[in-house]
Amino acid sequence: MSAAETTTPAKLPPSTRHVPPTPPTGTDAPPERRTPKATAAIPWALLAPCLLVLVLVLGYPLVRLVTLSFQKFGQSQLWGFQPAESVGLDNFSQVLGDAEFWAVVVRTIVFAVGCVVLTMVGGMLIALLLQRVSGWMKTLINIVLVASWGMPIIVATTVFKWLFDSDYGIVNALLSKLPGVELIGHNWFASGPQGLAVIMLLVVWGAVPFVVITLGAGLTQVPKELEEAARLDGAGAWGVFRYVTLPILKPIIVMLTTLSVIWDMGVFPQVFVMRNGHPEAEFQLLTTYSYDRAFAVNDYAQGSAIALLTVVLLLGVVAVYMRQMLKIGDVE
Amino acid sequence: MTGTTSTTSTTGTTSTTNVTGTSGVALSAPAKPRRSKAGWNVLGLFVLLTAGFPVYWMLNTAFKPAKDAIDPDPSLLPTGFTLGNFHRALTIADFWGPVGRSLIVSLTVVVIGVIVGMLAALAISRFAFRGRKIVIVGILAVQMVPLVAMIIPVFLLLNDLGQYDRLTGLIITYLTFILPFTVWTLRGFIVNIPKELEEAAMVDGCSRTSAFLRVVFPLLAPGLVATSVYGFIQAWNEYLYALMLMSQKNQTATVWLGNFTTKHGTEYAPMMAGSTLMAVPIVVLFLLVQRKMAAGLTAGAVKG
Repeated sequence: MSAAETTTPAKLPPSTRHVPPTPPTGTDAPPERRTPKATAAIPWALLAPCLLVLVLVLGYPLVRLVTLSFQKFGQSQLWGFQPAESVGLDNFSQVLGDAEFWAVVVRTIVFAVGCVVLTMVGGMLIALLLQRVSGWMKTLINIVLVASWGMPIIVATTVFKWLFDSDYGIVNALLSKLPGVELIGHNWFASGPQGLAVIMLLVVWGAVPFVVITLGAGLTQVPKELEEAARLDGAGAWGVFRYVTLPILKPIIVMLTTLSVIWDMGVFPQVFVMRNGHPEAEFQLLTTYSYDRAFAVNDYAQGSAIALLTVVLLLGVVAVYMRQMLKIGDVE
Repeated sequence: MTGTTSTTSTTGTTSTTNVTGTSGVALSAPAKPRRSKAGWNVLGLFVLLTAGFPVYWMLNTAFKPAKDAIDPDPSLLPTGFTLGNFHRALTIADFWGPVGRSLIVSLTVVVIGVIVGMLAALAISRFAFRGRKIVIVGILAVQMVPLVAMIIPVFLLLNDLGQYDRLTGLIITYLTFILPFTVWTLRGFIVNIPKELEEAAMVDGCSRTSAFLRVVFPLLAPGLVATSVYGFIQAWNEYLYALMLMSQKNQTATVWLGNFTTKHGTEYAPMMAGSTLMAVPIVVLFLLVQRKMAAGLTAGAVKG
C-alpha cells in the first residue's frame, strides 16, 4: 500500500542477488580472459561522458571558487577591463574581521540546527505514529506527505507567504480566533527572528516527508522478535525504542541528519523569495549573504570567500557522512 | 497492511500474557487494538490536516472568487468556484514562454542525463576495475557540495564561455546537478538485476552489448522512467541558477512565479492559481514515481 511497505529492505546483509564483480568462472570465462586490456578500458569509456561533465561544470568551478577567493575580482575584472590579481588572504581577513559576518554565521547555525532538530524529531514521531494508525489513515497521510514533498520549493514558499500574509493570511485569522490572541494585521516579517521562524516552518514542512518515508522504510526492517523480546523482558515503549529501534535505525538516522544539515545550511530560495529578492540584514543567512556580496555589491571575490567558508563549515559534517558511506562500501 | 496487523496482534498477546490458551488471546485481541487505535488515529488526523493544509489552502484560494480571497475573516471551506484566477494568472505576465523554456531545459537535461548516467551506472555496477571505489566515493562526494556555494564560479564560467543567458548554459549546469543522483539511483536499480541473467544470455551467444540491450535494458526500463521523472522534477523546480543565469526576458517557470508579487502588487488569488498550475503536474508526476524511487534509492543507499 504505502511507500514504506514496498520499499526495498533498507538494511540487508550482502545478499546473494548482488554478485560482486569478480572474474566470472565457468563457461563464459575464456572470452573475458582473452582481452583483459579491452575489458579494462570499457568501464572508463562508459564513465567518460559523465566524468567529463562533472569535471567541467562542477570540478572546475570548485577550483575556481578557491582561486577566486584569493583574488580581487569585481565588475572590471568580470568584463575583462582589468586582470584579476592575487590579493592573498585579504578577502578572508576582511570577511572574518566583519562583525556582520559572524552574526550571519551564528544566525545560519541556529537556523540550520533548529530546522534539522525539528525535521528529525518530527519525522521520527510521524514515522512511529504511522506504524500505529489504521491502514486507511496511513495511506492518506502518506499521500499528503508525498504531495508536500513533491511541491516545488518556489510554490511552497509562495503558498507560505500567502498563509502568513499580514492582512488576509489565514494563519493570522485562525490564531486570532484563539482567546486572548489578537494577530489581525500582524506582520511576521517585521522582525528577523519571527520571519526566520516562519521560514524554518516552511523548510521543516518540506523536509519532513522525506525523513518520514525513509525512516518508515527503516522501521519495517526492525525485527518484530527483538521488540517482542525486549517487551517480554519488561521494557516499556520508551525502552523498546531507545534500546532496540534506535540502534537499528542509527545508520539511516546518521545519513538523514547529515543530508538535512547540508540542505538546511543551503537554504536559499525560501529566504530570497519570501523577502522579495532583497533579504533585510536580519534575514541574511550565509548563502544569501554570499550571494549579496557577489551580485548586489559586485564583489565576486568576497562572495566566493564567504561561500568557501560555508563549505569548510560543512566539511566537518560531510566527513561524518562520508565515513558512514565508506563503511557501507566496505560491506560490499 | 500485514505488518500492521501482526504488530497489533503481538501487542494484544503481550498485554494479555496471563491469559492461558489461544482462544483468550483471540477474544481479547480485537477489542484492545481498536480502542488504542482510535487515539492514534486522532493524532494521525492532526498530522494529516497540518501537513496537508498548505496544499489545501493553495487550491482553495486558487478556485475561490478573487474578492473572497481578500476577506479579513476567510472561510475555511470553499466559497465558490471560478476559473477567473487562472485566467488572470495566465494574462498577468507571459506564462507559456517561461513554461516552454522550462520544458525544453528539463527535457533535454533528462534525456542527456539518463543516457550518460546509465553508462556510468553500468560501469560502476557491472565492471571490476581499478579506481572503481574512488569513482563511487567521488560521485557521492560531489552530491555533498552545496550548490548555492557554486553559483559565483559557475556564473563566471558560463560568462567566459559565452553561455550566459543561453538555454544551453542552463542545460549543462542542471546536467551536473542531476548526474550524480541519476548515476547513484540507476546503479541501485542495476544492482538489483541478477547478473546471472546477463551471463546466461552471454553463454547462449549474446555479446556483452546485446546481452545488455536484450536482458538488462527491459528490466531496467521502470527504473529509468522513474529516474527520468525525478530528474525532470529537479530541473523543473530549480530556482537560483535559473534566476542568475537567465535574464528577465528568458526567465523560466520558477522565476516567473517568484517574480509574481514584485511586479504586479499582491494579487494573491491569481498567484495561488499560478502556483497550482506549477505544482499540480509536478506533484502528480512525483506521486507516480515516488515509490519506485524510494526502492531504487534504498537499494543504492545501502549496498554502497
